Amino acid sequence: MTWLSQPTLAHYLVLGAILFSISVIGIFLNRRNVLIILMAIELMLLAVNLNFIAFSRFLGDPAGQVFVFFILTVAAAESAIGLAILVLLFRNVGSIDVEDIGKLRG
Amino acid sequence: MTFQTLVFYAFAAILIFAALRVVTTRNTVHAALWLVLSFFSAAGVWLLLQAEFLAIALVLVYVGAVMVLFLFVVMMLDVNFDKMRERFRSYIPVGATVGILVLGEMALVLLGGYLGGKTPPLPATASYSNTRTLGLQIYTEYAYPFEIAAMILLVAIIAAIALTHRRRRETKYQDPGAQVRVRREDRLRIVQMPAEKREP
Repeated sequence: MTWLSQPTLAHYLVLGAILFSISVIGIFLNRRNVLIILMAIELMLLAVNLNFIAFSRFLGDPAGQVFVFFILTVAAAESAIGLAILVLLFRNVGSIDVEDIGKLRG
Repeated sequence: MTFQTLVFYAFAAILIFAALRVVTTRNTVHAALWLVLSFFSAAGVWLLLQAEFLAIALVLVYVGAVMVLFLFVVMMLDVNFDKMRERFRSYIPVGATVGILVLGEMALVLLGGYLGGKTPPLPATASYSNTRTLGLQIYTEYAYPFEIAAMILLVAIIAAIALTHRRRRETKYQDPGAQVRVRREDRLRIVQMPAEKREP
């Protein structure tokens, strides 16, 4: 029952892994709803941030937390632009179904 | 089992449940709300890791701004959910298999290397301030990435506004470039007309 003791680094990393795989499943299951895909990407970033902070704590190096700071910044910027594109898409096409975005013919 | 372990498992359980509800719920507004809950639980876990500045930044910035933006967009778009959920059921077997495999592989790697407390957590003194430590790092050694992050935010603002700005047709505005480029022929037309003699 060693896994019931004080949470070690492995506990936090497995938690991050579970979150990451949940978001991968989420993208798999909700392939047609662009909003849920964006939310699943936010969950992925959350899992990665948890990993960084766990390592930063257990190795005593604040560089992990500094990097999480920048990941939060970039994630906020990416969400803003992604949602702006989504709003524009909805204005032009009328739905947020991925299958209706067929205008770009490559 | 100490109180800290209990708190960790409680926050972790809420976090995993909320994350699962985000990806499986039928209603997109509910999904956004479950995502808010998962961010709060993650902030709790980060507090356990003594990263209080980032935990508060997560709640203030991520939940307070980004998730509010998500909720704005979700409530603004009038989405037809039923058509999008048609093939949800058929994706579940493959999706669950992929997810469990990914999780299993990650867990094998992590538990093989890090279980057993090989690197115990370093004890933090009472005067340790996480905010101060982060600030010392960000403004000295990582000052350049800090400026780049500011530029990224500026670019995001400009991009979001430029994408969604709708110009009203009836507003009048000046175009200095066109004003400077004007030619004499555009403004003046000289017409030859014979002089008219009027009776005195």
